[in-house]
Amino acid sequence: MIRRLLSPFFPTSQFPGAGKSCLSIFWAALALIAPAAVASADEPNRPIANMFDPLSTPARMIHESSLLVSLICLVIFLIVTGMLVYVVFKFPSKGAADDRKEPPQVYGSSQIELAWTVIPILITIVLILVTTRTIGEIQDRKIPNAALHVRVIGHQWWWELQYLTQNGVDKEGNPVWKTDFVTANELHIPVSDKNSVRPTELILESADVIHSYWVPQLNGKTDVVPNHTNHMWLDPWSTGTYFGNCAEYCGTQHANMLIRVMVQTPEDFAKWVANQKAPSVIPTDSVALQGQKDFFGNSCVNCHKVDGTVAVGTFGPNLTHFASRSWLGSGVALQNQADIRDWVRDPNHLKPGVLMPDMQLSEPQIDQITAYLMTLK
Amino acid sequence: MAHGSTTTVPEDDFVITPTRPGEEKGTWSAVIQDLLFTVDHKKLGLMYIGSGLIFFVIAGLMAAAIRLQLAIPNAHFISPDVYNRFFTMHGTAMVFLVGMPIIFGMANYLVPIMIGARDMAFPRLNAFGFWMFFFSGWFLYFSYFAGPGLYNAGSAPDIGWFAYSPLTSKAFSRGHSSDYWTLALLASGVGSVATALNIIVTTISLRCKGMTLGRMPLFVWTFLVVAFLVILAIPPLSACQIMLILDRYLGAKFFDTQAGGSAILWQHFFWIFGHPEVYILILPGFAAMNEIVPVFSRKPIFGYPIMVGANVMIAFISLGVWAHHMFTVGMTSLGNSFFAISTMLVAVPTGIKIFNWIGTMYGGKIRFELPMLFCIAFLFQFLIAGLTGIMLSVAPFDWQLSDSYFVVAHFHYVLIGGLLFTIFAAIYFWYPKAFGRMLSHKLGMWHFVLFTLGFHLTFLPQHVSGFLGMPRRIYTYEAGRGWEAWNMMSSIGVIFQAAGILFFVWNLIYSYKKGKIAGDDPWDAWTLEWATTSPPPDYNFEKTPEVRSRRPLWDLKHPEDPDWKYE
Amino acid sequence: MDQFINQPVPFAEEERPWRPPSFRKVGMLTLITTESALFAIFVVAYVFYIGKSLNGPYPHEILHIPWTASFALFGSSATITFAEMALKKGNRSLFQIWWAITIAMGAYFLGFTAFEWHEFIFKEGLTISTNIFGSTFYSLVGLHASHVIVGLLLLSIILISSLRGKLDHGHHEHVEMIAWYWHFVDAVWVVVLTVVYLISAHY
Repeated sequence: MIRRLLSPFFPTSQFPGAGKSCLSIFWAALALIAPAAVASADEPNRPIANMFDPLSTPARMIHESSLLVSLICLVIFLIVTGMLVYVVFKFPSKGAADDRKEPPQVYGSSQIELAWTVIPILITIVLILVTTRTIGEIQDRKIPNAALHVRVIGHQWWWELQYLTQNGVDKEGNPVWKTDFVTANELHIPVSDKNSVRPTELILESADVIHSYWVPQLNGKTDVVPNHTNHMWLDPWSTGTYFGNCAEYCGTQHANMLIRVMVQTPEDFAKWVANQKAPSVIPTDSVALQGQKDFFGNSCVNCHKVDGTVAVGTFGPNLTHFASRSWLGSGVALQNQADIRDWVRDPNHLKPGVLMPDMQLSEPQIDQITAYLMTLK
Repeated sequence: MAHGSTTTVPEDDFVITPTRPGEEKGTWSAVIQDLLFTVDHKKLGLMYIGSGLIFFVIAGLMAAAIRLQLAIPNAHFISPDVYNRFFTMHGTAMVFLVGMPIIFGMANYLVPIMIGARDMAFPRLNAFGFWMFFFSGWFLYFSYFAGPGLYNAGSAPDIGWFAYSPLTSKAFSRGHSSDYWTLALLASGVGSVATALNIIVTTISLRCKGMTLGRMPLFVWTFLVVAFLVILAIPPLSACQIMLILDRYLGAKFFDTQAGGSAILWQHFFWIFGHPEVYILILPGFAAMNEIVPVFSRKPIFGYPIMVGANVMIAFISLGVWAHHMFTVGMTSLGNSFFAISTMLVAVPTGIKIFNWIGTMYGGKIRFELPMLFCIAFLFQFLIAGLTGIMLSVAPFDWQLSDSYFVVAHFHYVLIGGLLFTIFAAIYFWYPKAFGRMLSHKLGMWHFVLFTLGFHLTFLPQHVSGFLGMPRRIYTYEAGRGWEAWNMMSSIGVIFQAAGILFFVWNLIYSYKKGKIAGDDPWDAWTLEWATTSPPPDYNFEKTPEVRSRRPLWDLKHPEDPDWKYE
Repeated sequence: MDQFINQPVPFAEEERPWRPPSFRKVGMLTLITTESALFAIFVVAYVFYIGKSLNGPYPHEILHIPWTASFALFGSSATITFAEMALKKGNRSLFQIWWAITIAMGAYFLGFTAFEWHEFIFKEGLTISTNIFGSTFYSLVGLHASHVIVGLLLLSIILISSLRGKLDHGHHEHVEMIAWYWHFVDAVWVVVLTVVYLISAHY
């Protein structure tokens, strides 16, 4: 019943090609209405995080087992509802006269009860086999050390992303990781394909409370837990910007701890990495220069890092290439001048309860710092 | 069949509860003193249920506020702080201040009568249990007035009803919101264990002559199983709450990840309580079904022994499935597989019960009175709930569905579509026994139709927003994610549910004075409570009954074809 | 339906007397079950955290098997049984003597625990907030000690009732239930002794 209800909305491979592209256009149109910024011809925004439209290998593995169990449940639903409807219509009391005689008092039936015990057990066995196999396929998959590894650290209420390269092995043969560069909130990864040519592994940690990293079209969610490192792998087949959310209640702004995963062609990804590794931009414009002075002069530097400058704080997001990102405040607004200004004046206006305080800046200072931040491409 | 006579006891001959000085019968002072000091299981039962219904309305209003905030994206109806406290309090209150007391109230009222006893085994402990719950409820809600006070949402808990650490540590939960949660639930936990102990002892030791365990009404059997679950499952909650208090106030390191502690340990302990807890909540729904469906199908329950066996299996297995709430936390594939398997196994006895209820209706002469209507709706809704549960038990699927609105939809189908509907059925069925008057059929039909419509309108779309990636416990969401339509539908359903509840509450009040006189046995039923007056006298039965079968009144009404010939 | 009220159906087949289990026994067994669940969680926490403290003092540095205290507690289980036997025979003064010895041995156990904790806190520097070992140790042993205290209170009430002449052989089941509780406290100590002083003392 649910799937029939949902079928007009779910462009899965089950449906005819024409229908699917119509629906894709529909979703793309919808995406354009949404507050989505980066959208190019080959990197569409994918705000509809439909788990029945997997675009990555682990998500597909989940999708297969979920289709099977959903189908089984649908069949059971139809059969049992049918039984219920049947008895309700076949055995009503026919009125007071009929009620004077009680129906045959049947206490049970061993054969029937055996049948409806054995059949569910058989169904359960099938589900157990499928489930354990899928669990192993996804959880125990060995991602090669040469694949891209990113350490994702959950904070209240943003995501720190550390891009890693391998720096040898330790004495047990496990890889030792060195951080190449640090960014925030928007995970860029190269596109792979259905043969898992270029998977990405995420190393999941938390700096404070438990969060959860969930991008439905790319994989199921995995929690980030303090003092407990988790791993997950992505293997996307299609470029685009995938939308996700923090999926474990983590305090006031749990709702606005949004996730964006930008899946790019290897060339675009390499360009992006090169940019992130480049030193921070030194502003030339006088307003922005003044903004930089304000930035260093106020306590911004205690929380934020801009590589190659005196700003070395690690409590808040790394701002070295702040302006290369599309969203602000882990998804709460776009990186346009008005919203950045609003944030700098008082972050609580856009994201009430955020841990960045109102810095009590004057209007000119706000303009200058905004200009500076916008130069940090 | 209706008559209002009661077996009277001359008042100067034999007085059980002497009137206290200053306690003239019928005055407010008399009523209040009576309630404050009573140890009568029937009065305590009604007090449990009444308090539970009051908290139900309060927590329901919170849910309405939540739905109002989520009806459109980026709404500003309530701030994130207020919202986070609302969903925490809504969940906590519904489980501990509505679910638990109402089921204990049902047990309190009916178990002693159904086994032909005069009261519970430990009447004063019974009263103690009630007042612990009552205190804990108002203590929890008092938190709204503490700290910065009501309009700043006070110190009400905002940590979610399962209060994961380290969000509850002193570092991330400054102020006392976590403490109100912890202390209130510690108190109510003690009360719950006391009541469960009472139920076990009463059921095992106070059965009337002839009532072997195999002849107890299934209602009593189910509550025996529930009580065992309570005494085994509540201590883990109390234990981890004590550990949390030690962490917060004495600097202990149970959940302090910086000192080597494990945040996941809280989850294990909490869900070792939490999963059996949801079975504790739903089994009483089954208990009511087991009594009501046979009466309105005019047949005995199909497969009494297997129903007992299924209850015991459910309880036993449910102690071993807890980590299916933790599939995403990073357990090994072996751990995930184990809990997926055990969760699927518990579905088998649960499913069997649905078949047995349908089997009871098959070949019967179904009377579509209100209790039966709610039971039929239960069967449909609990089926959906169980099937979405099976979907969740497939761990990889759960990696997508966990912490999304799909889970919210699932458990509301279980708790509202399942438990609440059977509570309504039970109230429509046993209100005449407790108050001597029938509830109005017309008002009841308005209640049934409006509430059922509203319930499905609210919770069916939430399955879809879950599929589309909407996580739980978010105070708002961005536009363009495809969630708007489903949330709007969900919020509109609240109007119908609220209307239904209004009719229900009005029915309870109106029928108290104006309902049709019920008589002893308005439904032509077969268990012992229908063999005494409506309402029963303080001492329940003039003479302790003796029974010879599972349906003593059937034997009396059908002496030519009694049950004991067939058992 | 008047004729249906309170009409007993003749009781069944055999003339066996109808004797459901004693409500006191069922009550005490239920209480013991629920308390066991509570202790089990603290034991699990203790075992899970063995070897996980990030700093000392560590168990192997400071734990010593409490021989005398344990013997006292186990012995008190024996003496309470002797007391019950005396009560059954109607020997009131012997009952009171054995019962008092039980209380004394329990009090000795408690005293030893107090002494041990004093050493740990002031000499070794181990408090509940020092490390994970401190948290799990004090909570588990403390939970047990609190049950010993409650047990001693119950035992004292019985002793005082007996001394005042209010206890007779009609109360033998009440006394037996208190004894069951005391045996339970003892059994928990077997577990705590094993887990804390025998197993974790190596870490």
